[in-house]
Amino acid sequence: MTALVKDGRLVDDPFVDASGAESIPADGPVIVSLEQWQAGRDALIARGTPLGIRLRSDQHPEAIANDVERFAVIALEFPKFRDGRAYSYARLLRERYGYRGELRAVGDVLMEQLHFMLRVGFDAFEIKEPDPLAAYRTALAEFSVWYQPTGDGRPTAMQLRRGPLPPQASSAASDDTNGFIE
Amino acid sequence: MYRYDEFDHKLVGERIAQFRRQVKRRLAGELTEDQFRPLRLMNGVYLQLHAYMLRVNVPYGTLSSRQLRKLAHIARVYDRGFGHFTTRQNIQYHWAKLEQVPDILEELASVEVTSIQSSGNCVRNITSDQYAGRAKDEIEDPRVYCELLRQYSVLHPEFSYLPRKFKIAVTGSPHDRAAVAIHDIGLRMHRNEAGEPGFEVLVGGGLGRTPYIAHTIREWLPKQHLLAYVEAILRVYNMYGRRDNIWKARIKIIVNQMGIDRYRELVEREFEAIKDSPLQVPPEELERIERYFAPPAYERLEDQHEALAKLRQADRAFDRWCRTNVAEHKVPGYAIVNISLKAPGKPPGDITADKMDAVADLADRYSFGEIRVSHRQNLVLVDVKQSDLYELWHKLAALELATPNVGLLTDIVCCPGLDYCGLANARSMPVARDISRHFADFERLAEIGQFTINISGCMNACGHHHVGHVGILGVDKRNQEFFQITLGGSSDERPALGDRLGPGLRQDQVPAAMEAIVSKYLELRADGERFLDTYRRVGIEPFKAAVYGDADAKAAA
Amino acid sequence: MFFTAAEGWTPSIDAGVVIDDDAEAERLLAVAQTHQARQVVEPYLIEVTLEDGRPRPIAIREAIRAFGPTIRTDLDKYE
Repeated sequence: MTALVKDGRLVDDPFVDASGAESIPADGPVIVSLEQWQAGRDALIARGTPLGIRLRSDQHPEAIANDVERFAVIALEFPKFRDGRAYSYARLLRERYGYRGELRAVGDVLMEQLHFMLRVGFDAFEIKEPDPLAAYRTALAEFSVWYQPTGDGRPTAMQLRRGPLPPQASSAASDDTNGFIE
Repeated sequence: MYRYDEFDHKLVGERIAQFRRQVKRRLAGELTEDQFRPLRLMNGVYLQLHAYMLRVNVPYGTLSSRQLRKLAHIARVYDRGFGHFTTRQNIQYHWAKLEQVPDILEELASVEVTSIQSSGNCVRNITSDQYAGRAKDEIEDPRVYCELLRQYSVLHPEFSYLPRKFKIAVTGSPHDRAAVAIHDIGLRMHRNEAGEPGFEVLVGGGLGRTPYIAHTIREWLPKQHLLAYVEAILRVYNMYGRRDNIWKARIKIIVNQMGIDRYRELVEREFEAIKDSPLQVPPEELERIERYFAPPAYERLEDQHEALAKLRQADRAFDRWCRTNVAEHKVPGYAIVNISLKAPGKPPGDITADKMDAVADLADRYSFGEIRVSHRQNLVLVDVKQSDLYELWHKLAALELATPNVGLLTDIVCCPGLDYCGLANARSMPVARDISRHFADFERLAEIGQFTINISGCMNACGHHHVGHVGILGVDKRNQEFFQITLGGSSDERPALGDRLGPGLRQDQVPAAMEAIVSKYLELRADGERFLDTYRRVGIEPFKAAVYGDADAKAAA
Repeated sequence: MFFTAAEGWTPSIDAGVVIDDDAEAERLLAVAQTHQARQVVEPYLIEVTLEDGRPRPIAIREAIRAFGPTIRTDLDKYE
């Protein structure tokens, strides 16, 4: 069962995923493939509807680095949960290309990898578990300490060792990820 | 040595809770084996021939006596009373039960020992020089950087699903005892023209089916940029490493496919973008870690040349042991003592729980409570007073831990092989046993001099056979075990992959082949030449003739 | 572990079911594979010969698997 978890809730996806389709619907929020984007960029922008793009794991996001602000959704594929390329893509999108929209993990997205996905910048998930929300909540609560800085701004052990951070320096993440910080 | 603070403890505790949950899900059928496999591997749990095998990290080969006692306890209570030290300074238990592993991990965590990322497609145990912090030729203690890298790499969210395993080794000394050139990333500390210590960064080394010696990607890297540079290398590998074929997935493949210049270009570009980031290690964090590796409270002593000379003259066996197993310490009056786990006829690298406890006691009594693990599968006490050597030697000898063969032919490095390992094609340990029995005479061993033999039971090369002076690789041909010999390998600062000697030999032919190789070396060697030097001078032909000129050996093919 | 005639699992190869017929072997393998969720990992067929009526693996690997490591014979393979 695949369902979209976003902002700590199960939500309906307002986007139509046309990335694997022959043709793109005339109207409405749509997710396209990189090929469709490159073939019809102007037309897609001209639609005036929210746009999304879905990248395969062999498609490096530098292909859209200059266009990230055009997208409300960027979906990164995990064809197999073992394929870890999208973890790097996510960080580049967030930390290098400045992407601020919804970063969605799709494909073989399982509970046991959700925590890492959260840390590298994903904030929406098509989770392949019988109870996606429970899976999400478990993953969220798994760790409260981590060593490495990522773009999520959450304090690392190294930073915390120097003393508690002032309130404004803490996570910029939304409400439901408070579980990350004690 | 490093001591966990509240953050380290918390992280490990949360990790164990996670794994406990994962084991529960697996046993309940909620996770398939395919889904569970990377999760258990990232906690060091292999599925081997007879049972689950648990690989426990010994970070950069450093243990406290308390930790070693816990390792003994685990062996005694959860396993068959012994453990096996590996070529990555880790310890393996061959008989783990899956449902007990979370409990084992909790016990280990209580003494700050983990199995986190000892396997899996992630960054593995960071290994180093077993003499770190004590060797005379060292520039700086590499373990500070190993600890930094360890924390950096543990549960790294971006790099836990790499194309394949990733191994990093660090040497603080120009004489490389850490085999950095055969690692995915090798770090060699050295000084630049201004005399500042930094790292030569090597990338793309690795053994296995397609062995490579690492390339230099950066001649000199300032210390504070270590993490950013490593992150750049890992990121490029994570994105571009091959995922289509498990045998082509290591970084060595992509580096050699692209060429080091292109790989360097990508890494340097990435590095430029991230070097001025929180990855730069703040000086206070470096200082904090450095304090843990401060030298112990040495007494002001003098070297005991005369006293030792007298003892050695009076006691032949002690003299022999001093020659091979005792190394020079940088502090006057002290010595480094190697504890050989290569007693004749015994499985190399194995040690019983009782002996682990005994070594822990000796460490407390003679060496400030610290033990090192060498990637050559021996243990080391690095801070022994020279005036204690004779007494310590007696005690080690009583424990069969004083075999005077460190660095010699019977100091064999050997993987567990087909007796234990599901990946193996042939048994490796019986070969080691046969060779060590054949070359049991210590006088002859001393005469032969420096000589490394590395044995692997399959192409995965966990025994590092490619870089032994003599390498032995077990293969399976028509359900019979054969052994291919290579000559001229080396894992030090002049790294080399061995050359294939000829067709595979049967197990019973290996000792005779070794005899032929050794005899030929002794015949041809010039003054002061080790086997490796003679080989480099005369080439493979004389040895080929010595081994295969014999009609019996020809029949082996 | 070895698959028994009663479709259970035993650590002793002597109690394992010996199959002469290829089709039957495939059938039993398929049954064994249904145990993968919670009991066993990747069951497979091995070739054996019979010595005094007792199955003995032909492949070295399988013999070691059945009888334990050839070194450290002081240890029993199973408690």
